[in-house]
Amino acid sequence: MRNRIAHWLQGRGFRDVIIGLPYVWLLLFFFIPFCLVLAISFGSRTPTAPPFGYGGDHPWISFVGYSRLLHDELYIRAFLVSLSNAATATVLCLLLGYPMSLALTRVSASWRNILLMLVILPFWTSFLLRVYAWMGLMGKNSWFNGLLTDAYNLLTPAGWHLSSIPMMHSNFAVVLVMVYTYLPFMILPLYANLERLDPVLDEAAMDLGSRPFRVFLDVTLPQSLPGIIAGAMLVFIPAAGELVIPTLVGDASSPMIGRVIADEFSSASDWPMAASVAIALLLLMVGPMMLYTHYQTKAEAGEEP
Amino acid sequence: MTDPFIRIDNVSKKFGTFQAVQDVSLTVAQGEIFSLLGGSGCGKTTLLRMLAGFEEPSAGQIFIDGQDMAGVPPWQRPVHMMFQSYALFPHMSVEKNVGYGLKHEDMTAAQRKARVAEMLELVQLTPYGHRKPHQISGGQRQRVALARALARQPKLLLLDEPLAALDKKLREHTQFELMSIQERTGVTFIVVTHDQEEAMTLSDRIAVMDKGRVKQVGAPTEVYEYPNSRFVAGFIGSITAFPAKVLAVEGDMATVLVAAFQGEVQARAVPGLSVGQEVTLAVRPEKLVISQVRPEGANVIAGQVKDLAYFGKDSLYRITLPSGELISVHSVNAGRSAGGRPDWDDQVYLSFAPAAAILLVE
Ligand SMILES: Nc1ncnc2c1ncn2[C@@H]1O[C@H](COP(=O)(O)OP(=O)(O)OP(=O)(O)O)[C@@H](O)[C@H]1O
Ligand SMILES: [Mg+2]
Repeated sequence: MRNRIAHWLQGRGFRDVIIGLPYVWLLLFFFIPFCLVLAISFGSRTPTAPPFGYGGDHPWISFVGYSRLLHDELYIRAFLVSLSNAATATVLCLLLGYPMSLALTRVSASWRNILLMLVILPFWTSFLLRVYAWMGLMGKNSWFNGLLTDAYNLLTPAGWHLSSIPMMHSNFAVVLVMVYTYLPFMILPLYANLERLDPVLDEAAMDLGSRPFRVFLDVTLPQSLPGIIAGAMLVFIPAAGELVIPTLVGDASSPMIGRVIADEFSSASDWPMAASVAIALLLLMVGPMMLYTHYQTKAEAGEEP
Repeated sequence: MTDPFIRIDNVSKKFGTFQAVQDVSLTVAQGEIFSLLGGSGCGKTTLLRMLAGFEEPSAGQIFIDGQDMAGVPPWQRPVHMMFQSYALFPHMSVEKNVGYGLKHEDMTAAQRKARVAEMLELVQLTPYGHRKPHQISGGQRQRVALARALARQPKLLLLDEPLAALDKKLREHTQFELMSIQERTGVTFIVVTHDQEEAMTLSDRIAVMDKGRVKQVGAPTEVYEYPNSRFVAGFIGSITAFPAKVLAVEGDMATVLVAAFQGEVQARAVPGLSVGQEVTLAVRPEKLVISQVRPEGANVIAGQVKDLAYFGKDSLYRITLPSGELISVHSVNAGRSAGGRPDWDDQVYLSFAPAAAILLVE
């Protein structure tokens, strides 16, 4: 018996299971739900429960959801707001996170562990609690708002002075909280990437006549591109579909796409429409990712353009 | 007298309380191949890094071409380094690697391209210009590193164990290639190595280092034939050493009593010997003549063959001396037949010329 298990463990069976597991996972929790959502997106809205159906009074395949997506300004606006908020948050996370990650690789090992702990520490408190904390900070009477208002008043002519900055319920607030929330997702992959770079390469570039900033541009930055892209995707993708942050601190008159999907599902109970939006969002996210992977494999194969 | 090209004056380097380099003074002439030879951790790389500007000396001064290097950052020194690990930029092609330093030169794009082509030609890598470093062999990478370091025509090239990663055959080939490149370019080379044979083959002069100090500087023959300390004698080539006592000194000849030989031996004197002094007598295996009949003259020791290893062109004997101690003898197999050569347990006589024995005070 023991022999047979050992034989099986060394044989192909075990290998197949190990390789197969991620596929089974993807099949169960990504592919099947994706097919369900895709199917719903081609259904028609009905007053039944669940509120969609095929055939009968309705066409077997309906494109109503997708056509509304392209023609109704609400959806296009929501997409644009989502993409621009997510892109702004990603760029800001990169600008803030890059120096932090670089600093993490340059400090002593004991400091590094403490600082890494601090980066991850916010995750130990509830996400909602942290968003509520920001709502408090951005409110009209908070010291934070007061501080920013004073700084603003100091820099602007008297006619422009404000009693407080209207931060809440704006895209500014959404981006601010998203940057705060997603910054660790930028720092961690970037740090993992930068930490692997060989400092001897920096010395080699310096030795060949480059000043430190030039060394950064020529050696560090290009080699950290995979880390930048990984971090950017980890921030951009969830940020584009973010629901909680825009709902709590965002501008309700120009909602982000996550909010639109939620509304269609719940209050409007138009599941086919919600599914169409969700599929469109997915395609929008997956497209660039596939392009990137394509070029990445090509670059790794060493084909020069 | 003209100033030497490189002058290292009483340079020391401390890491915390650890003294990595201690009070090193050296001069290197223009166009010389100079080797730093020493065991692992003796401070060779540290000395090189101070020349390149990556470490500041804790004490002392470094002059390159008459200019004091204190406070001059690496990117402003007329020095290029070939790193122990080559340090090629993995995201750049071979061509871009070689041309990297030229970005800072006042050159047109065409001139730059021509220079890169010339360097690739020099190291015979012209067909590989478009490849990335991970797509070429270890020996080719080493040549790319060399071409990159030479492209900007440095005044001084520092090579940190340039051949360590290569296999024996490629290493020997590359040694000669390095020497011919040095000859053609006229650049001064400082080569770090822990391989004494490599140092002997490559260099005009060698500095032997131990524990952060320079023990001896000289031409390869000088440090081999006239080592000034037990460390240098043992580090370069093999040696058998015995305690000895000085009996008499006459001109450049000294008579010493060697307990292991149970007799007196004549050896070339070194300065500063005094009668009665305890010294070390060292003999290299290849300086000993082995014979089965007692030869005429002084410096003859009797012994018995304990071990013998036959290598074809030569043989290595281990001889037991009357005192019980062992001595190695290296003998060239000039004749073809095995007859006439001493065999296991044979009684033999060893002899050596007085000039072949080394007296070491330190
Ligand atoms: N940055 C540093 N901090 C502390 N100690 C160091 C540092 N760099 C080198 N050392 C120490 O200094 C000594 C000399 O190091 P170095 O690298 O110069 O040796 P090496 O002669 O090049 O040896 P190898 O042949 O192994 O390369 C070593 O004992 C090393 O541990
Ligand atoms: Mg070294």
